[in-house]
This record gives sequence, structure tokens and C-alpha cells, in this order.
Amino acid sequence: MSLIAIKNVWKSYDEKTVLENLNFTIERNEFVTIVGASGCGKTTFLRMILGEEGPSRGNIEIDGEKLIAEPGKDRGVVFQRYSVFPHLTVLQNVLLGLEFASAKILCHSTGSTRKQQIQRCEEMLDRVGLLSSADEYPDALSGGMQQRLALSQALVVEPKILLLDEPFGALDPGIRSDMQALVKELHRELGLTVLMVTHDISEGFSLGTRVLVFDKTRMDPHEPDLFGSNITYDILVGSGQKEQQLAMNM
Amino acid sequence: MRIINLQPTRGANYFIAIVPFVLLLFIYIVFSDARLAENPDDKLLPSMTSISAAIDRMAFEPSRRTGDVLLWSDTAASLQRLAIGMTISAFLGLVVGVCNGLVPWFSAFWSPFVRVISMIPPLAVLPILFIVFGLGELSKYVLIILGTAPFIMRDMEQRVRELPKEQLIKAQTLDASTWQIVVRVVLPQVTPRLLDAVRLSLGAAWLFLIAAEAIASTEGLGYRIFLVRRYLAMDVIIPYVIWITFLAYLMDLALRRINVLLFPWFGTKR
Repeated sequence: MSLIAIKNVWKSYDEKTVLENLNFTIERNEFVTIVGASGCGKTTFLRMILGEEGPSRGNIEIDGEKLIAEPGKDRGVVFQRYSVFPHLTVLQNVLLGLEFASAKILCHSTGSTRKQQIQRCEEMLDRVGLLSSADEYPDALSGGMQQRLALSQALVVEPKILLLDEPFGALDPGIRSDMQALVKELHRELGLTVLMVTHDISEGFSLGTRVLVFDKTRMDPHEPDLFGSNITYDILVGSGQKEQQLAMNM
Repeated sequence: MRIINLQPTRGANYFIAIVPFVLLLFIYIVFSDARLAENPDDKLLPSMTSISAAIDRMAFEPSRRTGDVLLWSDTAASLQRLAIGMTISAFLGLVVGVCNGLVPWFSAFWSPFVRVISMIPPLAVLPILFIVFGLGELSKYVLIILGTAPFIMRDMEQRVRELPKEQLIKAQTLDASTWQIVVRVVLPQVTPRLLDAVRLSLGAAWLFLIAAEAIASTEGLGYRIFLVRRYLAMDVIIPYVIWITFLAYLMDLALRRINVLLFPWFGTKR
């Protein structure tokens, strides 16, 4: 069974149709990048997977279970900004997800549980190169370091799917390539399933194992909002031929 | 160089800050001397010596009638009313504000109501409070609460709504329950803002306190000022006003300091 199944999904706001009739599946361990012009509905699609909003029609299934319109622990997320909690130190930020799982009423873990949790967090921070900043507040970190923190915070609770919404959009080019390398490594080492939205096509191809291009297939010049986007290209990276075809078309 | 780019040095800053106070004192003394030279019994601008005599009488000698040192018993009474009223206000403001900001159903029920209640001029309902709650302490607490709690509630609601949506979603992807979101994400981030809201409402709280004390009370800073007004006792009123100002300033300073000490991450957000 596929990890994610998108079945006849439509999304519209009032008169404006954003996405129409999406039908596809995503398998475990795929790194899917979603590219397209701004306003093509790629972020809307990610928000539906996240559960921030539901589809207008159709179903999204994860492991065969219908998704309700609410974020949950099987889908971790890193946004472009505001992904970490400014009132918690780096270590506390990563610890938070583990504490949510173990301390339902008190909301703070204690004793030996906490010790084990801290150890797990420190391993995670070490992995993304933030261990030396464990006691800093996020505001003292650079943009790249904040995104590393957001990644480790999302990954420490071991979600089935990692959702990335333009995670490197606000970063300087040098730092961005470091981060891309890190995400690629984490995907390979941890066997993650990743969905990433980006407007940078080359980033989409260099990171993804599969690239989805969102665009409108029909266009009514008198009523541009009438039709929504669909997947115009679904490319397995490394298969060669289709990539050239796409490059020529763009 | 443009005037917007000229910065006073640190030392100059302190010196300049003191100048208006010294100037005010100087002007007072000049006018007071002029009036007293014309009429030694003038009560409007008492001399420094009669003011310090009044301070001596109010702050260091027990009153012949009650045996209390009046300034201190007045201060204690007023601060107690202020503290109880503001504590209840802050608590109500936090609870209602957080619920309004976070829970759509709660907000649909309460937000419009709070908005309307906050428009009631508290002093206009003071007679009602005296009739309903009597002339004792309770009506004074209620006036302070009615005057400040709706503002704090609305401010807290606004602060909760200002939290980036991404944070609430992130917390949910970490499997936080509503309770866990409140305790670990919302409360820690709005508490420094609560202290700010309390700090900003203290001015209003003092106003309502003094108004309530002026009308019905037997002790308190506001009561004393309005009592001695009958005898044109400016030598008592002026030190009392300065004392109230000083207390208000200290509270403001203390709340700021507490914020900096307890919430080190907050300073960089402003």
C-alpha cells in the first residue's frame, strides 16, 4: 500500500478553483519535490497533507486511513519561518515533542525519562551540528541554524512524513546549499519520506527523487479562476528522457 | 549634522533628564516666595518649610486621633486595594484572553460581550457599585477590576492571536493536546505581555482607586487628599501626590525589571 494516496482531490475557495482532480500516490522513502509558479496551488496542496485545511472534494489517505483536517504527529513540518519556539532554548525546542508524548498533564518530563530524552535530543542536535548552541535562544541563531533546529525538532519525534514548505527560501545561497546537503543526507540515512515545496526548479531536481510540476492544464482567458492546477509533469529523477523534455518545455 | 543624528552622551543624558524636575521645583519656589511675601498666610503655594513640616506630621508622627502614622496607614490601605484588584484583573484577563484567542467557540461566545463591557465608563457605574456592593472594600475592588480587566482581556486575546499560526501547527505536528499547547506554547509567550498589560493599566487602576477612595472611604491616599482639600491643605496634598507618583513609578519599574529577569528571550522580540 502506498504511504500517501490522493484520490480525486479538488480545492476551491469561493469562486476560485485552486486544484482540480488530483490523483496520485506517494511511496515510502520517496523525496518528492513540488515545483510550479507562484499561485499554482503547491503550498495549498502541502497544507492539505499537513491537515491545516481539508480538500473541498475527494480524499487524502495516509497508510489507508482518511486524513482529517487537523495536523498530527505522523506529519512533521518545517516552514520558511516561525518554525521554532522563541521562548525555548535550542535543547528545550527539540525536547518539547518528546515531553508532549510523555507528560500529558504536567507537560514537563522529569527524572530518568527526562535524562533519556535529553540524550536523544543531544544526539539529534549533534547530527545537525547544533550541539554547541544547545543553551542558546533561537533569536541568537542565524537563519540557517534556526532551520537546522526546526528540522531536528520535527525529526526527533520520528514522523512518517516530513513536509518542507520552502524551507530554504529565506537563506543565503551558501547556507542554502549546506542545508540542502543536510536534508539529502537525512533523507538517505533515516529512510524518510519527504514532501518539499519549492519555487526553485533546480533545487527540486537536485534534491528530489521525484519532481511534481503543478500548473493549469486548461485556461479560460475570460475567467482565469475557473480552472485549477493539476500535475503537468511527474518525473522520476534519474530516468533521463523526461527531464530533457521538461527542460525544453520550460 | 542633522539633529536626528546628534546623540547625548550617557552622562549628559542623566543630567538633561534631571533638568525639568529642578526647573519645576525652582519655578515653584519662586512663585511660592512671591505669594508668601505678599500674604504670609497664603495656603495655595506653601513654602518648603511648611511642606516638610507637613511631611514630618504625616509620615513620622502618629496621628493624635487614631494613633496611626497616617501616610503609612493610607499607603498600606491603598496598595492593598490596588494589589487585590490588579491581581484579580490580571488573572481574569489571562484566562479569558487566552481562551478567547485560542478557542473559536469560546471567543464566539465571549469576545463581543467583552468588547461591549470594555466600553462602559467605569466611573459612570460607580454609583451602581456602591449601591450593589456597599461602601466597603468590595466596591473598590470591583471598580478597579471593571476598569482594567476588560482591557487586559482584549489585549491578551490580541497577543494570543498574534502568535504565528506556524507555531500552533508545529506544536500539533508534535502531537500536543490543547492543554499542552496552552501550557507550553501560549502561556509562556503571553505572560511577559500580561505583565506589560498590567503595567499599562496601572495608571487607570490608580485613577479608579483614588476616585473610589475620594467618594467613600475612611483611609487611603485618595481619601486623605480629598479630606484635607476642605482645609486647602496644599502642604499635605503636594507631598501625597509626589508620593503616589513615586509609588506608581516604582511599580512600573519593578514590572519592567521582572519581565527582563524572568523572560530573557522576550527583550529581543520588542
